[in-house]
Amino acid sequence: MSLLEVKDLSIRYADSAKPVVQNLSFSIEAGQSLGMVGESGAGKTQTAMAVMGLLPANAITSGSIRFDGQEFLGAAPDVLNRYRACRIAMVFQDPLTALNPYVRIGDQLRRILLEHKICKPPEARERTLVMLQRVGLPDAERQYGVFPHELSGGMRQRAMIGAALLGEPDLLVADEPTTALDVTVQAQILGLLRELRSQSNSALFLITHDLGVVAGNCDRILMMDNGRLLEEGPAKEIFAAPSNERTAKLIAAARRIDMPTKTSPLPDGEAPIVEVDNLSVSFRERYGSGKRQLHAVWPLSFKVAPRETLAIVGESGSGKTSLVKAILGLIPMRSGTVSYAGKKLPGLVQSRPNNIRRQLQMVFQDPVASLNPAMRVADIVAEPIIIHEPKKKKAEREQDVSKMLRHVGLGMELRERFPHELSGGQAQRVAIARALVIRPKVLICDEAVAALDGTIQGDILQLLQAEQADSGLSLIFITHDLSVVRQISHRVLVLYMGRVCEIATNEQIFKRPLHPYTKALIQSVPVPDPNAKPDDVPLAGEVSSILNPPAGCPFHPRCEYAVARCSEQVPALQSVVGGSVACHRANELDLSY
Amino acid sequence: MLRYALLRIFGAIPTLLLVIALAFLMVHAAPGGPFDAERVLPPEIEENIARAYHLDESLPQQFIRYLGGLVRGDFGPSYRYRDYSVSELIGNALPVSMQLGVLAMLLAIVAGVAAGLTAALSKNSFIDRLVTGIAMTGISVPVFVVAPVMVLVFAVYLQWLPASWTGGTSISRLILPVVALALPQIAYIARLTRASMIGVLSSDYVRTARSQGLRTISIIRYHALKPAMLPLLSYMGPAIAGILTGSVVVEEIFGIPGIGQFFIRGALNRDYTLVLGIVIFYATLLILLNLVVDLLYGILDPRIRGR
Repeated sequence: MSLLEVKDLSIRYADSAKPVVQNLSFSIEAGQSLGMVGESGAGKTQTAMAVMGLLPANAITSGSIRFDGQEFLGAAPDVLNRYRACRIAMVFQDPLTALNPYVRIGDQLRRILLEHKICKPPEARERTLVMLQRVGLPDAERQYGVFPHELSGGMRQRAMIGAALLGEPDLLVADEPTTALDVTVQAQILGLLRELRSQSNSALFLITHDLGVVAGNCDRILMMDNGRLLEEGPAKEIFAAPSNERTAKLIAAARRIDMPTKTSPLPDGEAPIVEVDNLSVSFRERYGSGKRQLHAVWPLSFKVAPRETLAIVGESGSGKTSLVKAILGLIPMRSGTVSYAGKKLPGLVQSRPNNIRRQLQMVFQDPVASLNPAMRVADIVAEPIIIHEPKKKKAEREQDVSKMLRHVGLGMELRERFPHELSGGQAQRVAIARALVIRPKVLICDEAVAALDGTIQGDILQLLQAEQADSGLSLIFITHDLSVVRQISHRVLVLYMGRVCEIATNEQIFKRPLHPYTKALIQSVPVPDPNAKPDDVPLAGEVSSILNPPAGCPFHPRCEYAVARCSEQVPALQSVVGGSVACHRANELDLSY
Repeated sequence: MLRYALLRIFGAIPTLLLVIALAFLMVHAAPGGPFDAERVLPPEIEENIARAYHLDESLPQQFIRYLGGLVRGDFGPSYRYRDYSVSELIGNALPVSMQLGVLAMLLAIVAGVAAGLTAALSKNSFIDRLVTGIAMTGISVPVFVVAPVMVLVFAVYLQWLPASWTGGTSISRLILPVVALALPQIAYIARLTRASMIGVLSSDYVRTARSQGLRTISIIRYHALKPAMLPLLSYMGPAIAGILTGSVVVEEIFGIPGIGQFFIRGALNRDYTLVLGIVIFYATLLILLNLVVDLLYGILDPRIRGR
């Protein structure tokens, strides 16, 4: 008998005829790991909720979910409660909302032990402390008493995993456990899960949109699309020879960071279109009774050539967003200048002339939130024309809008829609159309594909590349996703705590990184190939607090190559062939792999 | 925290000044004066009275004089209750009003929270609909309608309770006024509790607790109760204000010798100092209680603590 046996599971909601999961059957054996992969709307989370008995009351289910012989579908809450925590436990996607913000971490964990009468109160505290230590909260005594918001995202997810493992379950259900985390922290959490499973022999049901995550962590894979099972089998077989056409497409869409770039070569020696010189950003923050400066971006300089794509990469808190906001003049710079086509620009956007403003456009991360919910698609795209070309006749404007919508691949039937009636990919196309309709020379994309599914990401990136080839657009592409960087950028700027670690060509960054942080970032990206077994965690620790930045090189506390000098002196950016790097040991280290 | 509290208290001074100025203008703008109701007096005597109470001075002069008294903690003499100062009148009436207000507040919280929680836990059931329906009525019907109806039913027809303050024991005479005063607040608190508990119960962290096999009772007790009660805390300010204003009406209807009754008498008699004194006293009380609520919020919500 399988540990978990799902048979003919269908889920639909009372208010909609279309089922979210349809005739799904699969099983998980004791100790086995199964990865469920699919894009949004595939029915992954619904399946997980059904397995945990957590579907909302208006869900209508049929079929069967048997856990160790016990039917879960339709079971009474107290029957389910006997299994939960002790036999089957769950890790959720966003540890910030999934942990109770009003209850101390330790108390949230301890409550599980007490509820299930696993042990008496004094022992419960002891066991909680041991668990916190086991999942990598080293200062367990202190971390027992903190509230979730006082921990970093990675630490929160560690606590969440600790909570799930307290009852020593036979099956751990993990729904996108690393999606909300930075790539280096993702690698740490996946490493932690592997380590804990090797100690306890519990089964794992891992749900993710990221084929890279399942490839290194699951024996078997289940591909889902639109509520239906596409195919199921051993990970190696599915990656090597998918029998389903849609599966093949999904696997192909998972951009491989180890594949060559698709960018067109740049002509040499053109004058830069954007020049950032010595720009820095700082914020004043109240601190105790006084105020202090927080440096979000330390003075840095770079240039972007016409037709070039510069990727700016870094983890959360690296200063990426502050940097682009300062370039656009949305926040004041502390020092430095931004020049456009050789002309220095005023610092703030409201003092920049309109004809310059139109040349620098932006696309934001959340496509739906960045469109005005009360405006129709056609009006959203027409707005920049009204602002920048006020003399244009209405008919002409309408024509421009239609042309642009077609250009970004949107049908005319979408003209009259509101943003909430669009899919994520369509909304991002509208945002891009809005930016491009006044023919800017520079487009700044802040995590513009981060919220989209893999196949849609590919389409949007292709659209941007085609636009670049057509019109000579320069792109500044901010992202945390190195596989996106690999695919579309000419040059890459790596930021860490507001300082440049390295600027170099795409080829050089990925083939021969000179900064240990660059290398760690690249190696943290999970590769969608089950044969490339993940190494040990490439980068331990977390980004230091901006409130208390380390002396010397900001990266030295996490750097395996750090020497005494690194903690004393901030490394200067030095020129090398094909770029520059800020590392004391750049000349002596060989980081190629 | 102490720094914050002090800042808030000093920050309240302009608000208070504005309240005093507005109230001062309004009582003086009302036609007539404190001594108009007396039988006709010779003009010389009227002049003397006016001089004795400084009513012959210009309004700004009177205002400054009044503020000067306030700074020394002196609300001035009552114009109508001879031989009593306003402070004495408020001091004498305060215990009765406080008894009424505190009991009504406690009743409102206990009954409101209980009803709201019951409704939230049986969302969309018959009980839920009953509670929301009654609550809606409680909010819509004003005290001056509810109170006489209650008197009619419980004092006149059923004869269970006294109709006014003078007619009952120290406990029985409190019941009807306290209930009448608490009723709209019970209704509001019940609705608020219901909505916030339903919100909390559908939150991600309650889902997590359910996935951990916690029984509903444990989820409420250890995960949901505190966050669901926080919005209630922010409502305490308006609730206190509601009870203060409600008490004016209730005290009048039941003939209770509290501050509210003095306020109405004062207003009708143009007893300037008495009306002003009560306004300032209530405004100060409200500002202080709101400060206490905000400080409590900071203590109870870990996310704003230490800011």
